[in-house]
Amino acid sequence: MRFDKYEWTAISIMVSLFILVGFIQGWSVSLVILNMCIISAIMTMGVNISWGYAGVINFGVMGFLAMGGLAAVLVSYPPIKEAWQVGGSGLGISFILLIVLVIAVFFITKLVEKKSHKYWLNSLVILFGLIIIRYFFLNATAKIEEVDPALAGFLGGANLPIIFSWVVGGFFAGGVAFVIGKVALGLRSDYLAIVTLGISEIVVSVLKHEEWLSRGVKNVIGLKRPVPYEINLQNAEWFINMVTWFNSSKLNNIIDPDTKQEVLNNLIIDGSGIFVKLNYALLFFIVMIVIYYFANKAQISPWGRMMRAIRDNEVSANAMGKDIVKQHLIIFVIGAAIVGVAGAMLVTLDGLFTPSGYRPLRFTFIIWIMVIVGGSGNNLGAIFGGFVIWFAWIEVAPLTTFLIEIFTSGMDPQNAIRLHLLDSVPYFRYLLMGMVLLLILRYRPKGIIPEKVRHS
Amino acid sequence: MIDFINSIVVLLNFVIIPGLSYGSQLALGALGVTFVYAVLRFANFAHGELMSFGAMITILFTWFFQSQNIGLGILPTALIALPFGILATIVLGLLSDKFVFKYYRKQKSVPVVLAMVSIGVMFVVNAIIRIVLGTETIKFSDGQKFIVKAKQFKSITGLNEGLALKSSQVITILITILLLTFTFWFLQKTKTGKSMRAFSDNEDLALLSGINPDRVVFITWLIVGTLACVAGTLYGLDKSYKPIIYLNLVLPVFASAIVGGIGSPFGAVVGGYVIAFSEIMVTYAYKKFFKYLLPESLEPSSLVQLLSTDYKFAVSFTILVIVLLIRPSGIFRGKVL
Repeated sequence: MRFDKYEWTAISIMVSLFILVGFIQGWSVSLVILNMCIISAIMTMGVNISWGYAGVINFGVMGFLAMGGLAAVLVSYPPIKEAWQVGGSGLGISFILLIVLVIAVFFITKLVEKKSHKYWLNSLVILFGLIIIRYFFLNATAKIEEVDPALAGFLGGANLPIIFSWVVGGFFAGGVAFVIGKVALGLRSDYLAIVTLGISEIVVSVLKHEEWLSRGVKNVIGLKRPVPYEINLQNAEWFINMVTWFNSSKLNNIIDPDTKQEVLNNLIIDGSGIFVKLNYALLFFIVMIVIYYFANKAQISPWGRMMRAIRDNEVSANAMGKDIVKQHLIIFVIGAAIVGVAGAMLVTLDGLFTPSGYRPLRFTFIIWIMVIVGGSGNNLGAIFGGFVIWFAWIEVAPLTTFLIEIFTSGMDPQNAIRLHLLDSVPYFRYLLMGMVLLLILRYRPKGIIPEKVRHS
Repeated sequence: MIDFINSIVVLLNFVIIPGLSYGSQLALGALGVTFVYAVLRFANFAHGELMSFGAMITILFTWFFQSQNIGLGILPTALIALPFGILATIVLGLLSDKFVFKYYRKQKSVPVVLAMVSIGVMFVVNAIIRIVLGTETIKFSDGQKFIVKAKQFKSITGLNEGLALKSSQVITILITILLLTFTFWFLQKTKTGKSMRAFSDNEDLALLSGINPDRVVFITWLIVGTLACVAGTLYGLDKSYKPIIYLNLVLPVFASAIVGGIGSPFGAVVGGYVIAFSEIMVTYAYKKFFKYLLPESLEPSSLVQLLSTDYKFAVSFTILVIVLLIRPSGIFRGKVL
């Protein structure tokens, strides 16, 4: 991982931006942005692996993120025993029936020779199978959703540390991606874009409405944390000592013991928040570096070179004996799994799971803008894109407010246009994102940090 | 017999009429997508925002006319404002083409790049709409709301079931018929329409025969702008206008275009109705319908609903996926106009 001068400049600009925000808006704000930037960078790397390495388009980012989020809930939430008691057997029966149905369809496809017979028989079996399964399933889920609906009403999870969910989330998203890939990967790229976009909407609408699984629009709150809670820190001896030691020069200047205690308390409260965010940042950073390391290794490995060959010339790669369909599926699943990891991390950071919060504009298209802006095919570019775009996404609002204040300073403060503009400050970020995407695609189509083609 | 008529009325009221009006809106939208795809050769993700933009301009002019006390009596004022909306949408389409899409067309970029570019346009137009109108729901239909009210229908016919006919639904269907007739007449009978078809069928051959590509592109945006604005306004009149909704509408619109066979105008129209009717029929609870048809002993106890209405949106995509798997070029084997 040797960076050239250009890449070092990009990195140092980003670092100094965070330091600048730290000094102007406070370190807490800076760290909040940093955490989301790292998660965005991981999502971006996931998309970059399928799009940048192999040219497989994946507009289902939102759906894979939601699957990761579901994993965070299912791994960390304590199981709700009552719900399992009333509905567990029904769910089990419907699950077994589903497997039987799948096996039946499989055998019909294998054994029946005539094509038209096959279609009819299969449709008939699936129809009847689904009617039977539906009966058991709806009974069970209705019972589950009746269990303490205000607080529970779903099955709960496995009560494990939430950090495991980062791996599980990857598997969940990868599993869904496998199914999608099996169905859709043969399509032309623009069809594939629309289909993946649509399937991700289906995934989210399932999570929204299957309350027995994810609590749906009632949201799951109060998920466990992988890092300490602020309130525990504030009472911990070692933490108080650490804050005192850090600020010893400042504290020693204050003579009055009452004011000193007050200042110290404020410092501890501020410090605990920052400490928690730093912990998150550290964990996320480790994940990012690990993924970055392996993504880079994979890119320069023979497998990565094969991927590039498939991307650049599918026909000749096929002629060299590479199984394109299989490789496309593999890379689609890997990319989606990384996005799933990011999804689980996102829910971990928020501590809550809100299925209705998953919207394509925010969770699919913005991620794509990050990839295009950063530089598709280059992992550092992807990370950089994630950082820059998320940073801009957040910091545009104060900046536009500032600009509008300047431009309308001549107007009466109650002027309707001025007030309307100030009201619509949050929407200027969409304008900026669109403009950035258009400009980059026009003048720097390979992104800010373009892909390095290694000739070896 | 009376039970049979009652059941038909139930179906008309809750499935057929809403399906027809929603289908018309989808058909107009899908036709626009198909035109862009056939002539300019890319999937235009910004089409939903184009529809929204047209509706927005129409709303602004409607407000202006309402404040000047100009109206159409029982018809909604939006109908007078519609031409202005269409004009503005066409201008927006032409501007986006001139400043954005033209460059990539000249470069002969691959369709995926153009699709990405259209996402950029989508963001910009989306931002403009949100900055101008905010994100609140806007109702701008005025005039007489119903042509036939459910109660009136009951008292006239003496049936148990009422039939409500909204004026917006009738307007939607009438305008759609008008526009579709005009579009197909234009494509089949006029010289310009024929040159467009030639261009979409084989660009090089069309250029060789002296067809001016810039003119074809210009006419395409005229048609696309008109269709988009009308579709967006009709949708807003029928339901209510909400800027965010059009982003979600893009997906059913695309589904309609692809299901019918993208690039085929007739397919787009059929696809629109197919998607609309399947969305409504799969999620409609047929209990009432069967109550009239079946003898009392067989009456269904449950709602007789295939899927809950929450999955309305998922239906269009399932159909899209199935069609793509079984018949990837769509029902009408699209590709050219």
